[in-house]
Amino acid sequence: MDPMAEIKTTFFQECEEQLAELEIGLLAMEAGDHDSETVNAVFRAVHSVKGGAGAFGLDDLVRFAHVFETAMDEVRAGRMVATQEVVKPMLRAADVLADLVRAARDGGYVDHERNAAVAAELTALTGQDPHADADDDDGMDEIAFQPVQIAQFEPEPAGWTLRFKPRSELYRKANETVLLLRELARLGEVEVELDASELPLLPHLDPEGAYLTWTVRLRGASSESDVREVFEFVDTDCEIDVQPTASDAAPEPEAAAPQAEDAAPEFDVAALIRNAQAQVADAAADAPSVAASVTPTVAPLEAPHEAPDDHAATAAPDPGRQDAGKVNANVSAPTIRVDLERVDRLIDLVGELVINQAMLAQRVIEAGMARASSVAVGLDELEQLTRELQDSVMAIRAQPVKSVFQRMPRLAREVASATGKQVRVVTEGEGTEVDKTVIERLADPLTHMIRNAIDHGLEKPERRREAGKNPEGVVRLAAFHRSGRIVIEVSDDGGGINRERVRAIAAEKGLIAADAMLSDEDTDNLIFMPGFSTADAISDISGRGVGMDVVRRSIQELGGRISIASRPGLGSTFTMSLPLTLAVLDGMVLSVGDQTLVAPLTAIVETLQPQRSDVHSISGGSRVITIRDKYVALIDVGMALGYRSEPLDPEEGVALLIEGDGGSRAVLLVDAIQGQRQVVIKSLEANYRRVDGIAAATILGDGRVALILDIDALVSASRGSEARLLQTG
Amino acid sequence: MSEAPSPRGVGRELISFRIGAQEFCVDIMSIREIRGWTPATVLPHAPAFVRGVINLRGAVLPIVDLSIRLGLGAAEPTARHVIIVAQVEHQVLGLLVDAVSDILTVTDDMIQPTPDVASDAARAFVRGLVAIDGRMVSFISLDRVLPEIDLEIAA
Repeated sequence: MDPMAEIKTTFFQECEEQLAELEIGLLAMEAGDHDSETVNAVFRAVHSVKGGAGAFGLDDLVRFAHVFETAMDEVRAGRMVATQEVVKPMLRAADVLADLVRAARDGGYVDHERNAAVAAELTALTGQDPHADADDDDGMDEIAFQPVQIAQFEPEPAGWTLRFKPRSELYRKANETVLLLRELARLGEVEVELDASELPLLPHLDPEGAYLTWTVRLRGASSESDVREVFEFVDTDCEIDVQPTASDAAPEPEAAAPQAEDAAPEFDVAALIRNAQAQVADAAADAPSVAASVTPTVAPLEAPHEAPDDHAATAAPDPGRQDAGKVNANVSAPTIRVDLERVDRLIDLVGELVINQAMLAQRVIEAGMARASSVAVGLDELEQLTRELQDSVMAIRAQPVKSVFQRMPRLAREVASATGKQVRVVTEGEGTEVDKTVIERLADPLTHMIRNAIDHGLEKPERRREAGKNPEGVVRLAAFHRSGRIVIEVSDDGGGINRERVRAIAAEKGLIAADAMLSDEDTDNLIFMPGFSTADAISDISGRGVGMDVVRRSIQELGGRISIASRPGLGSTFTMSLPLTLAVLDGMVLSVGDQTLVAPLTAIVETLQPQRSDVHSISGGSRVITIRDKYVALIDVGMALGYRSEPLDPEEGVALLIEGDGGSRAVLLVDAIQGQRQVVIKSLEANYRRVDGIAAATILGDGRVALILDIDALVSASRGSEARLLQTG
Repeated sequence: MSEAPSPRGVGRELISFRIGAQEFCVDIMSIREIRGWTPATVLPHAPAFVRGVINLRGAVLPIVDLSIRLGLGAAEPTARHVIIVAQVEHQVLGLLVDAVSDILTVTDDMIQPTPDVASDAARAFVRGLVAIDGRMVSFISLDRVLPEIDLEIAA
């Protein structure tokens, strides 16, 4: 990949994170959180997206982000109150921003009309402010979505006066002030003054601190954006104040600065002492060392926290300052980005180590080593360590479900507005971790379930009011760990499943007999049947030909199960239970002929000892077995896989009642059950190819490869396509 | 695969092995390792020449019985049989043979074309014959042994 594309990829990754932060922040604001840190987080997210987008010349994105940022700035500066009327359009703007980021990344359709409408809404918000920010230079151009060069609209002043005060972060990120100043010098003639008066005495000097301030007078016809562009990559790590140089009377900061310069030699010692005191005070206040002042002779005496107010009118230094404060308040754990391939390679290796350890242990036992011998004890310790190692490595791939939960409120908003319902999404346990692949593959089923919950589950506001409920429905999304699996619940406080209607539809579609006796639970589960859909008319929202059966299948493909509990008038809860990783599987180890096979434990409903009288032959050599007065297809695994030429006597084997795709059941007949264990899943396709009836392979403690049964393939083969399965052999 | 003809006079290395009374060789560059026979897990619905799969340090490795593949009848693997682990394209697979005998250094002009009298199986996989110390060694192309599997996958 060329370096630019790589950087761009990183930018888009970061954008996703920023967008997530943005949404979290806005939702918190919507819920009434007016904390400045929340507001700042939102502002920063928009600002970062805009900054990065600018670097890549993504103009649409920059323009919109700018409008958004301007509106956010009003809130941040306290000139606008984040009421519902303000936050709602901002949430919509966040959606637009996300769409624009994705459009920039993947190409595709951009709804310019909607974007312009949302932008106009934001502008309307800021328009209420009579003191529209003077230095939001090009705001109006951008709001109108005119692809006009910013510079063309700007007056060309005689020059600019910059006050540039790097913070220690700037140096820590290996930026060089001299390079920035050199860059500025390219724009025109410069006059640079260094203000070193904040430099503390040596004993108080933090070698990694930042104490210097430069005042640069730039002459020439460069635009403000040109000047700011020089600081584009450091603007969160420094204070930068750009003022036009007035031809006659210098503006206040400029006037103040030289004054300080003049005064400095005289008050040198006193100033340094005061500075040192201020530094100590800063440290005590847990604030970064931003003495932040134009006039060092005065500022150190002021509380550093008052400083921002003085400069509230100038946008640039402000976010930076608060940024730095935020670093202390909300330190996120340091992270690194690692190629997924490397992690997977590591996981593979650890998987091999686990197998190897198991083999070693078995060899030691075979060699007749006593359990208490030092070798055996050492092996036990090794086992502990490998287990821990495996858990830790798996944890690398584990990610909080937050990333997928976060997308749901937006979806809910869209569905709610399309269906005329009011909904609030409540999420719990967003920090619950599960394998990355599980998370990725969870997004689609969850999306569908949320749609369903709002479209089918929740009633219209007026109906809810009649029923004495809050007109605003609640959809709850919860995740938690339970016995080594992750459980995800999607519940609504709607009307619950209309069982009579479900029954009627199922009967009408021929899914059940008209006079079938069904328990409430069985009735509820009918919605998972393929071909079942309760929507009267195919609605735009959930009736896209995708039913709950698809949801169920995607969950089962992940080795999970889904169930529903519904109470009339009170709502429904869908519960999904999923494995924490796709790299290991809980399996039942079976003997079939002289081969060892593994069946996924999740597919097994129960095991039983069949009686010869329960088994009946039907045409074509297939057999069925009676289980509690129901006929279920009997699959002789040895025969199906060609390991045996004669059918197994049912009384000599063990039967496993399994449930496959779409809830279809069958019984597997095997020779014996060896036990239950966790196995590491190995691909059969990497070096060979797909094998019918086999999902994957694994390696057992004795070092031999065991095949993992593909339950769905076996079941569907038993349902008529058995000939096909046997033919391929 | 390093199938580019080596410059005249520069030797290429081949690894030779025995199946029954016959001797064969393959390009040493495609060989990853050589290991003893371990019983393979039988794969359902596999062609006869696929013995099954074994565990190669955590990877699942299919084993091809070269004897069947070359039309010489099934091998009765014992602990003295060996598996030559070879890489062909992106796949790694094991070749079951009786024993590995030698490493040969030959130049291209020592490899003679297969005579027309050879059987179908020989013509399909044997790229040429090498005469060394009075022995005749058949030079086998692994790419030709294996695409056959791919064809069956497609079928």
